[in-house]
Amino acid sequence: MRNLKRQLLAGPYLLWMAGFVLLPVGVILYYAITTTSGQFTMFNITSITASVHLKALLLSLKLALACTIICLALSYPLAMILNKIKGKKSSLVVFIFILPMWMNFMLRILAWKMLLSNNGVINTVLGYFGLPGLDVLNTPSAVVFCMVYDFLPFMILPIYNAMTRIEKDIIEAAKDLGAGSVTIFFKIILPLTMSGVISGIIMVFVPALTSFAISDLLGGGKVLLIGNVIEQAFMQEYNWNLGSGLSLVLMVFVIASMALMNSHGEEGSAGIC
Amino acid sequence: MKKRFFPFLALAAILALPFCALSGCGAKDSPNTLTVLNYGKYMEPEVLEMFEEETGIKVEYEEYVTPENMYTKYRAGAIDYDLICTSDYMVGKLIQEGQVLEMDFTKIPLSENLDPAYFEFSQSFDPENKYAMPYFFGTVGILYNKQMVDESKVDSWNILWDEDYSGQIIMADSVRDSFMVAEKILGYSLNTTDEKELKEAQDLLIQQKPLVYSYLVDEAQDEMIAENAAMAVVYSGEAGYALEFNENLAFSVPKEGSNMWIDSWFIPKTAKHIENAEKFLNFLCREDVSMLNFDYVYYATPNVKTKASLDPEIQESATIFPPTEILENCEVLKPLDDVSNTNLSILWKEVKSAD
Repeated sequence: MRNLKRQLLAGPYLLWMAGFVLLPVGVILYYAITTTSGQFTMFNITSITASVHLKALLLSLKLALACTIICLALSYPLAMILNKIKGKKSSLVVFIFILPMWMNFMLRILAWKMLLSNNGVINTVLGYFGLPGLDVLNTPSAVVFCMVYDFLPFMILPIYNAMTRIEKDIIEAAKDLGAGSVTIFFKIILPLTMSGVISGIIMVFVPALTSFAISDLLGGGKVLLIGNVIEQAFMQEYNWNLGSGLSLVLMVFVIASMALMNSHGEEGSAGIC
Repeated sequence: MKKRFFPFLALAAILALPFCALSGCGAKDSPNTLTVLNYGKYMEPEVLEMFEEETGIKVEYEEYVTPENMYTKYRAGAIDYDLICTSDYMVGKLIQEGQVLEMDFTKIPLSENLDPAYFEFSQSFDPENKYAMPYFFGTVGILYNKQMVDESKVDSWNILWDEDYSGQIIMADSVRDSFMVAEKILGYSLNTTDEKELKEAQDLLIQQKPLVYSYLVDEAQDEMIAENAAMAVVYSGEAGYALEFNENLAFSVPKEGSNMWIDSWFIPKTAKHIENAEKFLNFLCREDVSMLNFDYVYYATPNVKTKASLDPEIQESATIFPPTEILENCEVLKPLDDVSNTNLSILWKEVKSAD
């Protein structure tokens, strides 16, 4: 009886999974392997090798990688600093980092667009001091910048969580045994926070790889990522088959990158998810 | 096994719900309704109320953003639309696909208020004027900032390739509008399907890309009002709107010719209330109603009576009402065949991904 109740509790979740995960994936799969007239084809999937699609995919990988590396480089020292702050102060600082996430990320991107535009606040201020204007809007740099801005908390939080879990005793024991701070960092802190780093990388890399809204708004239509190609196939060309085929390929990349990361970080799961 | 069955049943019920709500299960065969699909912000809301009051017909009014969105929405088939308004080439595409019913103009007597010239223009996508009734029209041109641009040069599309304006040019983020500009410079038709001509147009667009500030559609007017760019390729209607907000702006249709667009009404095959649709079309052609819509939309109206009763200043505004000599130099977009469409969208993606 109790067993049945427990299974019923999972009901809403199962429904959700069936309706909004399995069903759509099934539909995508169906569209991906058929032509507009419903015949079987592999063309939609193999068309990723078309030069323009390949170029978009490579650019997406490049920008996502750049974004992940920058996030990691910023987050790790930051997490260490956060970890040093004690008591009430620390929760305040963490709160400040989460605060921007309360606002819709599209609005924040639009705000950056206003700030960076030719006549925007930043260029007006620069011009006031006689400095040359900033020509960053509508370039890949602007896209990476905004991705970092948006996804940074997803890197900081898991690393910070992993750090707070390191027992002080371990570090004290290491000191007793004569380890210097460099040795402590590489032999204790880094290995013990690896799981946080890995979930951080996944949580930043995957959305960065698949994003299309940021490149649309801050790339000014000049930065064509694979996400934009897919969006265009669905919305402009009415070619759902091609869009689904390319989505499927992108999914493979996402799953592969997650599998790669997970295989390195199986010991202990960290993170906020 | 029974237990497993439950989620799927519930799922089916949940999935069926929105469809049921949209098509109005139960009230399906009510004769006194009319389902209309139109561009966003493309009709004065008061007009719908007036129509409901005068005829007692209840209007279900829906909106969409781009012709491609409309096509997706219509083709999905969840709602049986009685009347749809969309752009020329999309009407043509649906006519070719046999999705459009013939319009009985004898039931729409007030359609004689419409200037026959615009029916003639419509023949490029509706050769015998059997299917479509014009609603608003306009051209595509260059919206520019008088203080940033040499006005003697804006009479040609070539100014968009002028390196003096590097980083200050906004191009249209739409395949056909951007290719139109390049095709007109080269002296080709904007409906060309010749691979060599399209390739030449593409080379031109790739060559232009380093000078382009951004590719935009609806946001172009906002960027121009904020003076973030010196010029933009926009629809005349958008330009008319932008001029109201920034007096430094002006609009020009280049001498090489341009695209003339006609947004038209048609009755789709799914229509259940054809008579009501005809009544509605007739109502839209009435002078006072057409005037309400003109004031709201501010695009060029083909309605002769409405135009005649406007302020002479507005009637003569070349931005809102493109003069005949400009229109004669313009072409209307035709639907392309599937092969050309695919070809064109690949060429366009190559432009967008070029360095």
